[in-house]
Amino acid sequence: MTQLSPMQPTKVDVAVIGAGPAGMAAAVTASKAGLSVALLDEGQSLGGQIYRNIEHGTPFRDGILGPDYVAGRSLAESLRASDVTYLPRTSVWNISTDNMLDLSRDGSSSQLIADKIIVATGAVERPSPMPGWTLAGVTTVGALQILLKASGVVQEDAVLVGSGPLMWLVAAQMISAGTPPKAIVETTPKGRMAQAMPHILKALKGHRYLTKGLSMMRQVRGAGVPIYNAATDIRINGHEIAESVTFVSKGKEHTIRSSHIALHQGVVPNQQVTRLLRCDHKWDASQHCFRPVLDGQGKTSVPDVYVAGDGAGIGGAKSAALMGRLVALAIAQEKGKAAPERVYRLQAALASDGAVRPFLEAMYAPAPQFVKPAKETIVCRCEEVTAGAIEDAVDLGAPGPNQVKSFLRSGMGPCQGRVCGLVVSSIIAERRKASMDETGYYRIRPPLKPIPLSELANFQPLEVAQK
Amino acid sequence: MAKRIENTGEPVQFTFDGQTVMAQPGDTVAAALTAAGIDILRSSVVSGSPRGVFCMMGTCFDCLVEVDGVPNRQACQIPVTEGLTVCSQQGAPDVLEASA
Repeated sequence: MTQLSPMQPTKVDVAVIGAGPAGMAAAVTASKAGLSVALLDEGQSLGGQIYRNIEHGTPFRDGILGPDYVAGRSLAESLRASDVTYLPRTSVWNISTDNMLDLSRDGSSSQLIADKIIVATGAVERPSPMPGWTLAGVTTVGALQILLKASGVVQEDAVLVGSGPLMWLVAAQMISAGTPPKAIVETTPKGRMAQAMPHILKALKGHRYLTKGLSMMRQVRGAGVPIYNAATDIRINGHEIAESVTFVSKGKEHTIRSSHIALHQGVVPNQQVTRLLRCDHKWDASQHCFRPVLDGQGKTSVPDVYVAGDGAGIGGAKSAALMGRLVALAIAQEKGKAAPERVYRLQAALASDGAVRPFLEAMYAPAPQFVKPAKETIVCRCEEVTAGAIEDAVDLGAPGPNQVKSFLRSGMGPCQGRVCGLVVSSIIAERRKASMDETGYYRIRPPLKPIPLSELANFQPLEVAQK
Repeated sequence: MAKRIENTGEPVQFTFDGQTVMAQPGDTVAAALTAAGIDILRSSVVSGSPRGVFCMMGTCFDCLVEVDGVPNRQACQIPVTEGLTVCSQQGAPDVLEASA
């Protein structure tokens, strides 16, 4: 370990941001190849969201969460056995062009200079804007799963509203936990199966995922959970706390009473870091999200910056870990280290694991209500900006999200557009009849998360194991 | 209604707006409040409408609370420790008017 003088930034070969499957796998592989690695993560423990709390699972909770969750434990074990310097509770709030990372950790600030940066910040849930979605008691479906994984807390009589594999998985896990959802309000529009069918042959190569999906749906139906299909005109009612959800299914209006409504429209790449770094992004018309432009080895348009995992495009936990290894190997080779494993095997495994994706993407593309919400719907939760106000700003001449932001403050609240960004862009694109690439996205600026000035004043040097 | 499926250790105690809340080791403030049936954590800065936990993963900033006197902390990111003082946040901070 090198001696550090105060105010001196620590140097490292590779900084990995995010300790989910991609980040853990990338860190371990880079370290095994002989590079010094720092793994920076905002959470309390390893695993990211998909393997949240993986090191502290109980047999009871493992049983509820299932084998695909438990599979993450070996990755965490390999990380613990490695020479990687793992820094939990560490938030990266800026990265400057000289590869300097500004960190906030336990009330103090630090700096780290990395030769290479691997962004493994994963996914966030696609927003589900609808009337009433800001009421207390309304959460994402992902939030319910995090409560279960991290704290063993479940909501009784919750109503799940949305579509996609995660919603069915969480419903099945809630049943296993003894607290089935009160109802499932499915938003997948009619005709989606026909649109997905052309991808079925390819998807059969990933039959394990299809089988798992079908068995989750069977479990939910078998438990007697009412399922309402192709729901539209959804709104959440309530005064202070959610009281019920109203929607139309099969031509009939329904209202279900519950004070806990959980929303889900799939997951999309978390773009905050790659946008901060001004990496090129392209709209992915199949995944309905922006993703950073990468070469075959995860390299972005910005020198020394790589992306692995769902932040590169949604592929799930297994693909994320494979991609983490691939990116780390590419960096090792660039730095003149011998690759400890074969790249082509990883590429083949990645292609096979991703075979099911085009089918799922066609099936579970967001419903129109969430791409172009009704005028009165709040879109930016922080600043309470409605879809109608955004359309009006476009009519007044605002050509993109950054101009709408200066008109209305949308995306300027504490979440910095993390929640509303994609919907604000899609409302503008629809109104202007422009493409998503032409419309673009919020310009992300530091600090990525707000930090108190006292923290900046309290500089602490970091200790990172060197090679 | 929220429910715990298991208890994993000795309970930890903290307060929310003066009310005692019991947590389990490893809970974040947001998880412990959810388990205690507390769904409203603040009122929004624009309309003053009640807000609570939304994403549980540090993305949405809807669960902002005051922790040991420091405002705007993400309840879903702060682990509960014994004796923590957590308060709800009401609307936007007052802007002091310059005296004439």
